[in-house]
Amino acid sequence: MLLALDTSTAFVSVAVHDDGQVLAGATTDQPLLHGERLAPLIDDTLRQVGAIRQDVTAVAVGVGPGPFTGLRVGVVTARMLGYALGIPVYGAGSLDVLAVRAVDEGVTEPFLATLDARRKELFWASYDEDGARLDGPRVDRPGDLPDHLLVVGDGPVRYPAVFDRTSPPAAPDAATLADAVAQERVELVDPEPIYLRRPDAAVPGPPKKVS
Amino acid sequence: MTRDEPLVLGIETSCDETGVGIVRGRTLLADAVASSVEEHARFGGVVPEVASRAHLEAMVPTIERACDVAGVTPSDVDAVAVTSGPGLVGALLVGVAAAKALALGLDKPLYGVNHLASHVAVDQLEHGPLPEPCLALLVSGGHSSLLLVDDVTTGVSPVGRSIDDAAGEAFDKVARLLGLPFPGGPHIDRAARSGSSVAIDFPRGLTSSRDLERHRFDFSFSGLKTAVARWVEAREAAGEPVPLGDVAASFQEAVCDVLTRKAVDAAVDRGVEDLLIGGGVAANSRLRSLAEERAARHGVRVRVPRPGLCTDNGAMVAALGAEMVARGRAPSGLDFPADSSLPVTTVQA
Ligand SMILES: [Zn+2]
Repeated sequence: MLLALDTSTAFVSVAVHDDGQVLAGATTDQPLLHGERLAPLIDDTLRQVGAIRQDVTAVAVGVGPGPFTGLRVGVVTARMLGYALGIPVYGAGSLDVLAVRAVDEGVTEPFLATLDARRKELFWASYDEDGARLDGPRVDRPGDLPDHLLVVGDGPVRYPAVFDRTSPPAAPDAATLADAVAQERVELVDPEPIYLRRPDAAVPGPPKKVS
Repeated sequence: MTRDEPLVLGIETSCDETGVGIVRGRTLLADAVASSVEEHARFGGVVPEVASRAHLEAMVPTIERACDVAGVTPSDVDAVAVTSGPGLVGALLVGVAAAKALALGLDKPLYGVNHLASHVAVDQLEHGPLPEPCLALLVSGGHSSLLLVDDVTTGVSPVGRSIDDAAGEAFDKVARLLGLPFPGGPHIDRAARSGSSVAIDFPRGLTSSRDLERHRFDFSFSGLKTAVARWVEAREAAGEPVPLGDVAASFQEAVCDVLTRKAVDAAVDRGVEDLLIGGGVAANSRLRSLAEERAARHGVRVRVPRPGLCTDNGAMVAALGAEMVARGRAPSGLDFPADSSLPVTTVQA
């Protein structure tokens, strides 16, 4: 049984996958409560399918890019469950999962997957018509993304004026992640956050004069 | 589990130390700490995002190390405890999420605990059962508090606090002024040994009779820091050398004088016979000796854990968690938040 979790967006998403299908999946509807909601949601989701923690044989986690604080909650949770249960932990890029979902929902041409990066920027990667990544992930201003490609994800929602060819809103979620990992439709990576940005920090100058 | 001697694993990530401690009751079995202090040194202070990234990387290896040292496996643990606040929110969240996942994966009770109360509880690992009530003086780069501790698991109330900089922050800022590395405390302590504590009469914050009316047990270190800066600048402007030892010793004396005077005064005022000192600044040699000298004059006993237990660590969190189990407190569940401004009165999340 595969337990999948994603915290690369403002929401928390958990799914359980076994015997070739997603048995249960849930995504919270209140933003920015990763620290509070993730563990109870895992607990609830396992209960819902009548599973106990020892039934879980692997953990998959969305490794972003996404807001750092929430992302770390997901990654540390996955790593710690792996440690406590002695089971493997797989990472998958959240843009890659979004791309799988876009293809499943009917996209049939090359496209850009985008997620909100705040600070007037987007995380993005480009994909072919089957959802295989061609370029990225990167972080850029909306106006600096490659032109003329269909755009899915947060970009069109946050910056409707910038993008003319768009597909219905979609976000990476744990159910898609679980399916994609089980069907080997995404590249598996270490459970390590994709930050794409350095920490904000400046080396201070000499002490300021007080007199 | 044996309720009196529970095996508890504690996780602490409120600032720049990833701490994992394991205790059995009041016995310390392991205290593993991974610090990112070197990554912050060039910035002259802790950079929250740098600390959070370091916590994530250090978390599993530090738990593994603690279990190795303690000679236990995670499934032996009776309960997990974690600092839920106060502290840097992004840093706290890594520890809180890790602890929840560990408790969930092991199917063990989880206790979210207050960082300040943990600084008090840690003393049990060294000096045995905590005298209650006691007065606690907690001084570090993040806090300067006087607390009355009636019951370390439920009843901690504030008596005084710093109205501006924390004591450790003042040490860091003055160290920087004197060209000493971050964190400043140990370097000031060392430099002070070659100087005179009465060479320069630096101000004692909130000790005038007018201030004492409103802030009898509160601290202020920002005026002192400015006074040191002015004094050093005047020397430099006059083209004279700065006597490092004298400045360090006189500054340190001003801080320790106010801290110990107010702490002992508070103990006497509240009729408490035990003064406990914790936090990173408790490692300062002058603070220890002055506190003992003054407390003895008023019949107050002083307890200071050894320096390694005074700075932030996981053992202190485990110690408080074990005490909660021993006193039959209910666990916290899995849905409590990391609270950067958790009040000291909230001992358990
Ligand atoms: Zn502390």
